[in-house]
Amino acid sequence: MGRKLDPTKKEKRGPGRKARKQKGAETELARFLPADADESSKRLSSRARKRAAKRRLGSAEGLKSNKSPGAKPLPGKLPKGAVQTQVSGKKGASPVRAVGYGGKRPAPSPSSDEDEEEEDSEGGVVSQGLLWGSEDSEADMVDDYGANSRSEGEEDGGEELLPIERAARKQKAQETDLGSLWSEEETDEEEGAPSAEPGPTKDDEQEGELQINVDEEEPFLLPPAGEAEQGAQAADLQRVHKRIQDIVGVLRDFGKQREEGRSRSEYLSRLQKDLAAYYSYGDFLLGKLMDLFPLSELVEFLEANEVPRPITLRANTLKTRRRDLAQALINRGVNLDPLGKWSKTGLVVYDSSVPIGATPEYLAGHYMLQGASSMLPVMALAPQEHERILDMCCAPGGKTSYIAQLMKNTGVILANDANAERLKSVVGNLHRLGVTNAVLSHYDGRQFPKVAGGFDRVLLDAPCSGTGVISKDPAVKTNKDEKDIQRCAHLQKELLLSAIDSVNATSKTGGYLVYCTCSVMVEENEWVVDYALKKRNVRLVPTGLDFGQEGFTRFRERRFHPTLRSTRRFYPHTHNMDGFFIAKFKKFSNSIPQSQPAPGDSAAAAPATVALPALNGQATPKAENSSEPAKRARVAGKAKQKQKHPKKASFQKQNGISKRTDSELPTVPSVTKAQASSQLQNSGPPAENAHLTREPRAPGKLTQRSPKPRAPKKGAGRKQNAPAMGSDPQTPAWLSSKTQAAPNSEDQGQPPERARGAEQRKQPVPRPSLKKAAFRNQNGTPKGPQSPLMHPRSPSRPPPAKRRKWLPRGSRQPPPEADS
Amino acid sequence: MRPLTEEETRVMFEKLAKYIGENLQLLVDRPDGTYCFRLHNDRVYYVSEKILKLASNISGDKLVSLGTCFGKFTKTHKFRLHVTALDYLAPYAKYKVWIKPGAEQSFLYGNHVLKSGLGRITENTSQYQGVVVYSMADIPLDYFHLLSSQLTTVFRTRLIKPCFISCYNSSKK
Repeated sequence: MGRKLDPTKKEKRGPGRKARKQKGAETELARFLPADADESSKRLSSRARKRAAKRRLGSAEGLKSNKSPGAKPLPGKLPKGAVQTQVSGKKGASPVRAVGYGGKRPAPSPSSDEDEEEEDSEGGVVSQGLLWGSEDSEADMVDDYGANSRSEGEEDGGEELLPIERAARKQKAQETDLGSLWSEEETDEEEGAPSAEPGPTKDDEQEGELQINVDEEEPFLLPPAGEAEQGAQAADLQRVHKRIQDIVGVLRDFGKQREEGRSRSEYLSRLQKDLAAYYSYGDFLLGKLMDLFPLSELVEFLEANEVPRPITLRANTLKTRRRDLAQALINRGVNLDPLGKWSKTGLVVYDSSVPIGATPEYLAGHYMLQGASSMLPVMALAPQEHERILDMCCAPGGKTSYIAQLMKNTGVILANDANAERLKSVVGNLHRLGVTNAVLSHYDGRQFPKVAGGFDRVLLDAPCSGTGVISKDPAVKTNKDEKDIQRCAHLQKELLLSAIDSVNATSKTGGYLVYCTCSVMVEENEWVVDYALKKRNVRLVPTGLDFGQEGFTRFRERRFHPTLRSTRRFYPHTHNMDGFFIAKFKKFSNSIPQSQPAPGDSAAAAPATVALPALNGQATPKAENSSEPAKRARVAGKAKQKQKHPKKASFQKQNGISKRTDSELPTVPSVTKAQASSQLQNSGPPAENAHLTREPRAPGKLTQRSPKPRAPKKGAGRKQNAPAMGSDPQTPAWLSSKTQAAPNSEDQGQPPERARGAEQRKQPVPRPSLKKAAFRNQNGTPKGPQSPLMHPRSPSRPPPAKRRKWLPRGSRQPPPEADS
Repeated sequence: MRPLTEEETRVMFEKLAKYIGENLQLLVDRPDGTYCFRLHNDRVYYVSEKILKLASNISGDKLVSLGTCFGKFTKTHKFRLHVTALDYLAPYAKYKVWIKPGAEQSFLYGNHVLKSGLGRITENTSQYQGVVVYSMADIPLDYFHLLSSQLTTVFRTRLIKPCFISCYNSSKK
C-alpha cells in the first residue's frame, strides 16, 4: 500500500500478474524523483544531462521531468541551449521510454527526431552541429542505465559548458574545417566518415533533415562491419529504429539516395544488424526473413510478430450452433464477432470480462480456442462423412476435433501424435468436445503406413520451426539456426512421404492429403512439397481457400514445380493470423515410384515431346501389360504402358523396353498383345483405352500397381509432374488435356526413362508421371519411341536385382536413341 | 485392449444402472451401429464397432484412447464413472436435477449445490440416488449422488473437481 503514491497510476492486478516483476515505486514515483536519480537511471542525451546539471546547480525552473516531451524551455539559455533543451527534452523522453526496452520501440521517436531537427534548424548551425555531434558522442557512450563513462568524466569539469560540449565544439570546428557534413547522429563515432553531403550549409541539411533522412542516406556509414558500435548502438533503440527507417527509405530508391561508395549489400547488412538489434532477432533468422520478404513487408512482418493475434474460437457444431454460442457468450460478457466470410464456425474475441477458457460453455464443449489459421487446413482437407481420416500430428486436438465435427462423428479418425504429454491434451479436448469417432495413438508419424494405411484423407500438420508464430513464442527469434531448419525440413519430408503412403489413392471419395506448417520458411514449405512431388505419385490441387498468398514457384536459386502456385501462404501482417502454409495433394496412384536418377529428369524433360512418342513406344510394350489389366484409363494409360514395364520386363528386358521406346514400339506390337499395338496406334481416345487395357498390368509384374487406376509412372511421377500425370481414375482425360506443358515434357522425357528404369529395377510400378505426357502423346502424335534421352539413361541405372534384362532382346531393342 | 470380463461388466453395469436404470441395453444397441465396451489400461471405452476395427490395428502400448472413455477401474476393481460418459448417460437418465443459473457456475467450479440452488428435480428421487444434473437450459452438467458425500464424477478434461451436493434433505424433494 505504501508504495502507491498515485492512485491514478495503479498497477493492474489480476491473475498471473504477481508473477510479473513489479516495477515498483520507481514507475509511480518517476515524476517525483529527483532529476539526478532519474537521469542516472535513464539514458539521457547530452542535452538532458546538461539540463540536469543545470538543475542541480539550482536552476529554479520547474523542469519536471525528462519525460515530458514538451521540452521545457530553459530560460535564459542561448538559443543553442534552448534548442538543446528542447532537443534533449525530447531525447530525454526517449531514454525514459527506453527504460523498458526489451524490444519495444519508442513510438514517438521519429516525431521527436523530427522536432529536434526542426528546432535545430532554428537554432542555427552551431547548435545543430553541437546537437548532433554531442548527441552522438554522448549517446555512444551511454548504456541503459546511464553508466556514461564519458559524461561522468566530463561532468567533472565545468558547469556551464560540460566537457562534452567543449568536445563537441571542438569537433564541430573540425567538421567545419573539413567541410564535411555533420554526419548523422549515429554515424558520428561509429561510422566516422563524414557524410557525403556537402558541408556548406548545415542549415540546409537541418531543414531538409526530414527530407534528408528520407532522400539521402545520411551517412549511414554503414559502420564497417560490426564493430564496437554494436554495443553502443544496441543501447539506443531509437537511433536504431530511425536508422532502420532511413535505410529502408534509401533502399527503396537506391539509385538516387545511395551514398557514394557504399554498396547495396552494405546497406543491407547494416539493416540486418539493426533489425536484429531492434526486434531482438538472431542474425540467422533475420537473414532468412530478409530473403523472404521485400523490405517494406519485412518491417511490417517484424512489427506484427511483436503483437499477439486476436483470440479466435471455433464453435463446436456437434453440440451447438455458432449463433447460439455467440449469444451465450455475449450474455456472459464476451465481446465477439464472426470471424469472416470464409468461416462458418469461427468467432473472434475482442475482449472479455470472463476468462474465455473457463466458461461453462467451454467446459461443456461448445467451443474450442483455436487460431484462425489452424482452421484453414481442415477446411482445405474437406473431410466427408464416413471416411477414414488420419491426423498425423494432432496435438492439441483442435484440427482433429474440427475434422470430427465436419464429419458429424461418422467415419473414423485416427489421431496420432509422437508426444505423449501433448496427447493427454488431445484426449481431454476430444472428450470435452464430444468427439466419439476418434482413436488416438502414440506413434512416430514415420511409422505410418505400416501401422495402418489406406486412409481416405490425411492431415499432416508437421512439426516446424515455428517462424510463423513468433508472436506466440518469441524465443523462436533467437534459438533457430540453420541446423534447426534443416532438421525440421528433413523430418517433415519423412513425415510427408509416410503420410502420402498412408493415403489410399483409389478411395472413392478421397485420396487427398493436406500438408501444413506454421512456418514461413521456404525450406520447410515449398521445398518439402516439391520433394514430395518428385518422390511420390501425387500432385498438387487447389486448396479451396480463396485468400492467402500463393506459394513460391521459385526462390533464390531454387526452382519448384509450377503447381506450387496452388499452395497458400498466410502471414501475420497481411492476414492477421499466424503465419501458415497449406498444400493439398491428391494421390493418383498407390504405387511408389522407384527412385530415379535425378539428372535424368531434367534431361528427360527436354525431349518431352520426343518422349511422348517414346511413350507410345513404350506403351506398346506396356500395352502388353496393359492388355492384361486394362484398367488404367486415360493418360495414365500411356504411362501405364511404360509402367507396365514390369510386366513387360517379363517379356522383354525392361531395359530394352524402357530404353528404346522407339524400338519398343515396333517390337512391342510384336511382342505385346494386340492391345499394345492398338495402344500404340491410338492417339487420342485410344490412349485411354490403352490405358484401360494397359491397366491390368502384367499380373505378375505389376503387382504393385495393378489395382491402381493410375499407373504411376515411375519416372514421371517422380519428376515433378506427379501432379499432372495423375492419374486418378477420377480424372479422366481432361487431365491429360490439361497438360502442363512443362511437366508433360518432363514427364515424357522422364517416364520413358523411368519407366524403363523402373521396370528394370523391379517390377516397381512405373510412375505414371508420363501419364499425361504419354497420353497426350498418344493422343496427339504418336511419336514413337520415347525420348531417346531416356534411353541413355536407363542403362546407367543398375538393373533391378530381379530383372536383369539388360540385354536388349533382339528386335526389341533397337538403339533407343535411334528411335526418335 | 480387450473386452470386459464378466466380473468387470457386472461391476460397471451396476454403476451405470444407478443413473440410467434399465436402459443399459440402449447403450449397446444404438441406431447407428453396435457399440461395445473395451478395456484398455484399466479404462473402459465405449466405441462403435467401426472404430474398433481400426483401433485393433494399433498396438496396445501405443493406443491412447478410443471412442469415449466411460470410466476406469480402480486398483481395487471398483468402477469410477467419468464425466466423459455424460453425453451418453444423460439422455437415459432416470432422475434429473435442474439447478438454477446462479448455482450453476459455482457447481461447475466444483462446489456443492445447496438446496436453494435447486431448480427442479424429478419426482420420487430417493436419497442417495444417482442423478444427472442439468442446467436450466437442459444442458447436462454432471452427475452425482444426491446427498452423497462422495463425488460421483469428475471433470476429466481440464479440471478435476469433485462435485457434491450438500444440505439437501428429504428424499421427497
